[in-house]
Amino acid sequence: MALGSFRGGVHPRPAKERTAGKPIEPAPRPAQVVIPLAQSLGAPAKPLVAAGERVKAGQKIGEAQGFVSVPVHASVSGKVVSVGQALNPLAVEGPAVTIAADPEDEWVELTPAGDLEELPPEAIRAAALNAGLVGLGGATFPSHVKLSPPPEKPVDTVIINGCECEPYLTADHRLMVERPNEVIFGLRAIRRAVGAARAVVAVEDNKPDAAEALAKAIPPGEAAGVEVRVLPTKYPQGAEKQLIYAVTGRKVPPGKLPMDVGVLVHNAGTAVALAEALRTGKPLVERVVTVTGSRVKEPKNLLVRIGTPVSALLDYCGLTGEAGKLVLGGPMMGLSQASAEVPVTKGTSGVLVLSPEEAQLPPEAPCIKCGRCVDVCPMSLLPLFLAKYAEHGLWDEAESGGALDCIECGSCSYVCPAKRRLVQEIRLAKQTIQANRKRAQAAAGK
Amino acid sequence: MSEQLLILTSSPHIFDGDTVDGIMRAVLVALIPSALAGLYFFGVHAAWLMLACMAAAVASEAAVQALRKKPITVRDGSALITGLLLALSLPPATPVGMGVLGSTVAIVLAKQLFGGLGTNPFNPALIGRAFLAAAFPVQLTTWNVLGGKLAQFGADALTSATPLKLWKMQHVTSSLGPLFFGNRLGSIGETSTLAILLGAAFLLARRVIDWRIPAAYLGTVALLSALLGQSPLFHLMAGGLMLGAFFMATDLVTSPVTRLGRWVFGIGAGLILVVIRLYGGLPEGVTYSILIMNGFTPLINRATTPRRFGEVKARA
Repeated sequence: MALGSFRGGVHPRPAKERTAGKPIEPAPRPAQVVIPLAQSLGAPAKPLVAAGERVKAGQKIGEAQGFVSVPVHASVSGKVVSVGQALNPLAVEGPAVTIAADPEDEWVELTPAGDLEELPPEAIRAAALNAGLVGLGGATFPSHVKLSPPPEKPVDTVIINGCECEPYLTADHRLMVERPNEVIFGLRAIRRAVGAARAVVAVEDNKPDAAEALAKAIPPGEAAGVEVRVLPTKYPQGAEKQLIYAVTGRKVPPGKLPMDVGVLVHNAGTAVALAEALRTGKPLVERVVTVTGSRVKEPKNLLVRIGTPVSALLDYCGLTGEAGKLVLGGPMMGLSQASAEVPVTKGTSGVLVLSPEEAQLPPEAPCIKCGRCVDVCPMSLLPLFLAKYAEHGLWDEAESGGALDCIECGSCSYVCPAKRRLVQEIRLAKQTIQANRKRAQAAAGK
Repeated sequence: MSEQLLILTSSPHIFDGDTVDGIMRAVLVALIPSALAGLYFFGVHAAWLMLACMAAAVASEAAVQALRKKPITVRDGSALITGLLLALSLPPATPVGMGVLGSTVAIVLAKQLFGGLGTNPFNPALIGRAFLAAAFPVQLTTWNVLGGKLAQFGADALTSATPLKLWKMQHVTSSLGPLFFGNRLGSIGETSTLAILLGAAFLLARRVIDWRIPAAYLGTVALLSALLGQSPLFHLMAGGLMLGAFFMATDLVTSPVTRLGRWVFGIGAGLILVVIRLYGGLPEGVTYSILIMNGFTPLINRATTPRRFGEVKARA
């Protein structure tokens, strides 16, 4: 197998044509935003404001709690309506600040961090933390944590993930085409923060315009250290472990992190957000969201203030016909929603509205052991057996079969001719195994 | 939009268009050339036998499912494949009643008794054939021709044996032309290599079957027969090997799911076949070579489980 790809994967219909050519446009400022205080992996932020208070856009309204946590900022100026509980895209209620926007759109004073060439790594990390930066690909892991590898795990290669291998989504694509300088600037900042020698932007070969724009944006003096790598279009090319293998030939062992093989991966959107934080001091209060799907009248790439209700974006783009499913994220890994009243969060890369026909899960047939799930699994697992173990509650067998290595990309369920709910069963196995482990640890600790 | 009822499911939200029914339909389509060749060379009786076997397979599957109060799934086409494959593996003059019995045994004993589609360890059509060979050894080795193109060739074609029997008993190796086109004695669907290859090409192009099993199976037989001083082409085409390699050894349910496992499966079947043909009492060994490897499939799956992505070999 040639370097530049990975074993397995699938080729779903890209469905990007409706938005790939559409420039990013700012979404109308919403009348009200609901900003969840838990928008990253790790601890939720502690609220700093109370109902009735006036806040400015960019003002910190939630303080990070602990190292794996980030602050949260107001995305509009206006009056705090409430600090309470609200539904978030994970389908659970969590602490959130609701702000009624005023027409002024008044911002706090923003201060740039200074010249990148003179910034110490600590300052770059501090800027990421203060801006509330998280991985914008969807995982929402706090960026400053990733930028702080321990000294015994030196990072020599930084990769910007511009694959955007999920069908339908074009948010990163448009960012790379329209703001390549910031992608490259962010990449150089990340490289500086961790002291890596090599910096790579990885783009799938279905986005030649992005690759070209990025290549042009590399400053003349940096040509040796910064490169654009074009990878074959294949899902999940943008999965972290698969991407690292495709670019460097290194395999992240099960249960280990990219830094264990000397690599750090950040999403293209995160690089742009870091560039903004350093150059202008602007915190992460807006992001690009692709609004698309067969039921969206006018699909768009929108620059959206965090906390904007999804329904406001759908009103702006228009709907046609009956909606069957609302998905936040891409169709392979996105979360279906019960209501369009959920807010856009830092992790929302796309809003898909599918028809009732598309929304129905196809009927299940018995597994005929065709092995297609085995062929496509990018982690080299045997999904059909893992799912069978999960169906029968055989958690030990599922664990020894590698269930915890599953990256939940969904390629197995996608390709299954019997339409078995493979990744769904494996997810259940993962959750149960982890819950059992926690319980065993708690029992041992007593 | 907020008033509309939205469907909530766990990802993924899109699916490949291929279905189990589609795969079964593709296999049936791929068997059409062999069925037509059988009709052409062996006449109308062959057609009746094929239809009877398919009807018996569907009827017995529906009957078992009705008795078990399970949904009746004969529309998936898998029973039709079992019936047709069994008929294609039988001598052209096999009595229709015998075919019906074999087909019923294949479905009831080899498939439904284990729980139906996807759960049977052994290929049902081959179990049906093995049952008939044990129950009616004379009829299953008698090569009368009741009609069709071959009947026009006269007494010689009617009374002589299959190429493999001639080779085994009289040490005569048939010429390759009839072996390729099918104008020779043998089971209904096995004689025309050309027809089998047409169907196989379709299945390979549609990626319904994996090329590794037939490649390993046929390759092993060719290599070993050459090493043992036999004609590889003769052994590839003389018996039921082509039909078995492309349509029975590749049975998804009863063959391994890993790529390495498919190589092991094919090589194992090839070894067994050569041992039976060259050193055993039977002139043919396709049925048992595949059935024996079917038995090893769970073990092969276990032994050839790929190393997980990033997994380092544990030091002993």
